[in-house]
Amino acid sequence: MANVSTSIPPTDKSLRMETEGAKLKSDLSRQRLRSAWLFLTPMILVLALVAGWPLVKTIWFSLTNASLSNLEGAEFVGLRNYWEYVDYGDGEGEYFGLLFDPQWWNAVYNTVYYSVISVTIETILGLAFALVLNAEFKGRSFVRAAVLIPWAIPTIVSAKMWAWMMNDQFGILNDMLMAIGILSSPIAWTADPDTAMWAVIIVDVWKTTPFMALLILAGLQMVPGDVYEAAKIDGIHPVKVFWKVTLPLIRPAILVAVIFRALDALRVFDLIYVLTPNNTQTKSMSVFAQENLFQFDKFAYGSAASTLLFLVIAFITLFYIKVARLDLSGRGK
Amino acid sequence: MPYVVKRAGFYALVVFIVLFSIFPFYYAILTSLKSGTALFRVNYLPVDFSLANYTDVLTNGVFPLNILNSVIVAVTVVAISLFLAVTAAYALSRINFAGRGLLLLTILAVSMFPQIAVLAGLFEMVRWAGVYNTLFSLIFAYMIFTLPFTVWVLTTFMRDLPIEIEEAAIVDGASPFTIVMRVFLPLMWPALVTTGLLAFIAAWNEFLFALTFVSNNSTRTVPVAIALLSGASEQEIPWGTIMAASVIVTVPLIVLVLIFQRKIISGLTAGGVKG
Repeated sequence: MANVSTSIPPTDKSLRMETEGAKLKSDLSRQRLRSAWLFLTPMILVLALVAGWPLVKTIWFSLTNASLSNLEGAEFVGLRNYWEYVDYGDGEGEYFGLLFDPQWWNAVYNTVYYSVISVTIETILGLAFALVLNAEFKGRSFVRAAVLIPWAIPTIVSAKMWAWMMNDQFGILNDMLMAIGILSSPIAWTADPDTAMWAVIIVDVWKTTPFMALLILAGLQMVPGDVYEAAKIDGIHPVKVFWKVTLPLIRPAILVAVIFRALDALRVFDLIYVLTPNNTQTKSMSVFAQENLFQFDKFAYGSAASTLLFLVIAFITLFYIKVARLDLSGRGK
Repeated sequence: MPYVVKRAGFYALVVFIVLFSIFPFYYAILTSLKSGTALFRVNYLPVDFSLANYTDVLTNGVFPLNILNSVIVAVTVVAISLFLAVTAAYALSRINFAGRGLLLLTILAVSMFPQIAVLAGLFEMVRWAGVYNTLFSLIFAYMIFTLPFTVWVLTTFMRDLPIEIEEAAIVDGASPFTIVMRVFLPLMWPALVTTGLLAFIAAWNEFLFALTFVSNNSTRTVPVAIALLSGASEQEIPWGTIMAASVIVTVPLIVLVLIFQRKIISGLTAGGVKG
């Protein structure tokens, strides 16, 4: 290095700086690269231990005959937990396993029903809230703070709060609805098979609409104000402006919010577990899996249910990344 | 439509939104201040002011311990994940290396993991490590949702900082660790507070792992404790006590959220992840 630099005529300063610069740069980038991996290793290790390995183990358990009292002695049984044909001889036989279990399909139906309805209501209501919050009015910051409250309340607490409000004898919800004449007699909201799912949806809508509203509001605030001004000057009706201008512009924000909510809704557990315990009308896939794992001592069967739920969510996530065309290069958006 | 009608309609909507948002919690406070048979009369305005439910939940049983457990778990989880996330986010946002996109994709994927998918495997691990029924099991398990989230949000934040801020430090020959600690950390307090708070709320509210990995009443965290609060008999649900306990664990969260309102909104939208 010293030789090289002395051989370069002092007048050719720029050239010398360039070579030294390149050398320095490659040293530097090597050092930075080394520390990058040094910085990343602990995080990767923790994620591998807390997510990667347990996921592999869950899938493995779903292919064994593991039971809660005998995890170590689990033996490989193939796909029997998912699909098994038992031949009774003389041409008769029966299918068993998760894919032939009506209770599982009931849980799948409940989860999808709950997710579709609650996310739809939350999106429409969240959009309405966001439009209100986007307008200029007195006390806007107060309203915006109020809207955050349901989001901040723990799910278990909201489940309990609403369970009390929906109490059949002393609940304020029945009292209110009877006072304004919608109901003629009290309803056992969380226990009645006809209303249990709606009870769950009401609580979820209450808790999650603020989150939707804030995500959509962020999208709304990116719409430049002169768009509206131009529309106003042209005398276009505000409703038309909303459908033709605002909605297409905030579509990406809504799309992201909807998918995040949908993924969240598909794995619902605590709300249903606490608000409507042991209710076939509301049992979700997560509740089904947890029950089999830890209450019915069907550890392998519960693992199979967990695995299927994971596959469903993984599929939707991949679909989402493709649709939303997320920027994953690590560079600016 | 006349202007006045329009305006009135708009404010009616605003009032509806506010009532919709705060009424259930207001009613929980109202219930928590009732005792005895007053509980079974529906009131819309506060008429009773009895602290009996609060003294009951704070003096009988293990609820104070449950609060302490929740604080320990949430604070430890936030501290560990922030420390791991700051350095990781620096590498992910400021250094070019092969496989960065794939790594970011993996982190995003982990943040969308349904908890139930790892429950069986984690349960075996927790029992194997001998931490079943201890707070360590929860501190470890909660990394699955706090770590990807903090890494993701901090990466987005660091990526948007201009290159100039670290140029001088690089020229001075500062090591990457020094750069993170001396150059970035002081700039990142707002982002750290927001992500830390969101991670705290997530850990404070978690239910499934807490229900599964801890079976001892005095080791439980508050969500499970509240879910399992029960009266002398099956029919006698102690609504007053449940509401008092709910108010106790929720008020600090609401205060924090209202103080950091603006920061939380930007953190939520940057992460796009539900806390």
